[in-house]
Amino acid sequence: MAASLSQALYLATFTSSASKPSASPISPPSIKVPTFSPLTVQPLSSAFTPNVAHVITLTPHATSTPSSIPSDTSTTTFHGLCYVVGDNIDTDQIIPAEYLTLVPSNPAEYEKLGSYALIGLPSSYATRFIEPNETKTKYSILIGGANFGCGSSREHAPVALGAAGVKAVVAESYARIFFRNSVATGEVYPVESEVRICEECKTGDVVTIELGESRLINHTTGKEYKLKPIGDAGPVIEAGGIFAYARKTGMIPSQ
Amino acid sequence: MASSLVSPSPTSSFISNKKDLGFSAFPSTSQVAIRKCKKQVSKQIVSVMAPQQSERKPATTGSVKTGMTMTEKILARASEKPQLSPGDNVWVHVDILMTHDVCGPGSIGIFKKEFGENAKVWDREKIVIIPDHYIFTSDERANRNVDILRDFCKEENIKYFYDIKDLSNFKANPDYKGVCHVALAQEGHCRPGEVLLGTDSHTCTAGAFGQFATGIGNTDAGFVLGTGKLLLKVPPTLRFVMDGEMPHYLLAKDLILQIIGEISVAGATYKSMEFVGTTVESLNMEERMTLCNMVVEAGGKNGVVPADSTTFKYLEDKTSVPYEPVYSDAQASFLSEYRFDISKLEPLVAKPHSPDNRALARECKDVKIDRVYIGSCTGGKTEDFLAAAKVFLASGKKVKVPTFLVPATQKVWLDIYTLPVPGAGGKTCSQIFEEAGCDTPASPSCGACLGGPKDTYARMNEPKVCVSTTNRNFPGRMGHKEGQIYLASPYTAAASALTGYVTDPREFLL
Repeated sequence: MAASLSQALYLATFTSSASKPSASPISPPSIKVPTFSPLTVQPLSSAFTPNVAHVITLTPHATSTPSSIPSDTSTTTFHGLCYVVGDNIDTDQIIPAEYLTLVPSNPAEYEKLGSYALIGLPSSYATRFIEPNETKTKYSILIGGANFGCGSSREHAPVALGAAGVKAVVAESYARIFFRNSVATGEVYPVESEVRICEECKTGDVVTIELGESRLINHTTGKEYKLKPIGDAGPVIEAGGIFAYARKTGMIPSQ
Repeated sequence: MASSLVSPSPTSSFISNKKDLGFSAFPSTSQVAIRKCKKQVSKQIVSVMAPQQSERKPATTGSVKTGMTMTEKILARASEKPQLSPGDNVWVHVDILMTHDVCGPGSIGIFKKEFGENAKVWDREKIVIIPDHYIFTSDERANRNVDILRDFCKEENIKYFYDIKDLSNFKANPDYKGVCHVALAQEGHCRPGEVLLGTDSHTCTAGAFGQFATGIGNTDAGFVLGTGKLLLKVPPTLRFVMDGEMPHYLLAKDLILQIIGEISVAGATYKSMEFVGTTVESLNMEERMTLCNMVVEAGGKNGVVPADSTTFKYLEDKTSVPYEPVYSDAQASFLSEYRFDISKLEPLVAKPHSPDNRALARECKDVKIDRVYIGSCTGGKTEDFLAAAKVFLASGKKVKVPTFLVPATQKVWLDIYTLPVPGAGGKTCSQIFEEAGCDTPASPSCGACLGGPKDTYARMNEPKVCVSTTNRNFPGRMGHKEGQIYLASPYTAAASALTGYVTDPREFLL
């Protein structure tokens, strides 16, 4: 995995699949995983700067160089501003159909997709996800309700979110194709919450997600929430998606 | 594991009452309705609960087998395993992979990147590439995407590519079909017992043929292009039993809206939906396709209808590839079973902005509408247009709002212009539509079902109220974020066009 981090916001880790199983659609066989020396986390100063670097992947699905993954046995952590949406956020709201002419595997169009992320949200959402003159979001964590990502199978949905700068979505539940696409592309972590965090957080709250601890901390309200373990989906997303993971673990099936 | 719902439906259909898991999303009106339902239960067909089975694990020698559902059997065969249970993750051989102009280029990009610029697809005869989404538009990227498909098909010598080059006249393109899910069926690519994957959520439509069909993303599709296999998790099955004669004012669209309204947009997430019963058996193939088409709107992974003589007859002249249907075992385990007394159902709509926002059409008669849209894989097939024509014929009057007709495929378009409508004295759909003042049937494609590029025919570019035979009504679905979309059957859509308000088709179908 390309290790050029312009803003080291978290530790990248390569967990073994001994982590608790979750409702992920993929269960790879157990594999031995090398550990690497850790990167230090640079805590964000109070003057939070917009998160521009899309760290784990791969502009756009750029081939990862497996040997250079920095990781250790501690957790993957995300820290930043959160953006809160409601239930049943469908793929038309995440990326309206008129933008689907953009091909995600095309680098320039990948970036453009990101600039349209969540542009389909109705006007009842007073705060925009991406400012009109910007192409990336300042909210690296998206908090949703039930059935997040329902509707179409368009992979453009998790891709747009990832390209915009979202690291993780924390939702009460997911629609299956969106969940599957998030894991397959490695674009965002589709994390599940135990309670309706969407009702307790507000857009702009500063939050931290500790993936290994399965915990979300809202620094603005001072509350902590349990998350469901990301399980076997975690290593796949960390590797950069299912192909990268399959190559790394020697899993690519022969014909 | 049993999950259940108590039906609070005011339409007085009812659902078998299983162990209530304390479902917290009940509307407050449910309490009254529940009491009403209980009273009716004692007089009518009592629901039969699927027997609660304790889990039987197969012996390690593999000689003991438990019953499997249709979906489990299809996946078992496709993964070469004698026995499967819900929750198993298995590598499945894919029989058909379908893609279109929106997701095809992305899938191809991933295939080339991961398998190599000069890699060859796993089987040039098992890939069906169908441009259908953004076709009749001046959008350059959209047009380029069809070119990308063409180049790939040439490189890989893909057998089934339904190409279009002359955008000004769809008829000048002999290979072009139109909406992928309808084309797949019409071209004989849907066969009982097979596994069909497509880069489109409505791929589940093909479950009408008794096969496992579901939507996947570009990355998964890229993987299948190279390997012909995919890792899938076996879903548990929800069974929907519909018995009784279909009332003359109902269509399959009403049935699936009833179901989605019952279990909600996430009621079937990660699950298979199996449709059985005498009512289902009485449906023709296109109606069964409508039923399975909206499985994804309930969150469903796939839908299945057991193959029967109707299926075999439909396939007779369309495919010579041998197939072997499978059927659920008598002792198969279902997560839940729902029973409907069809005779009690009434025409429905799904109000803005969710497919599960169910309401009786007659209770929405004060909703003034601006337009009607009849089209898409859900409601733009030949049968759908015949149904709409029936209502226009019965009325004999003209529509009061712009009524857009978008046939799903070239064949549907042809049927509209050539098939005589029963009871119309030889008139075709097109003649009836013209007399009723509808718009001229448009070039076949997905059209405005999902909005699309700004110049798409019938796209909702201003906030309007539309009754549509399509499948989704989330905010902005057909274009404008403040647009209001009422999902309905072709009968209800036609009736609404005639009055300018949401209208129960019984106003015209006597």
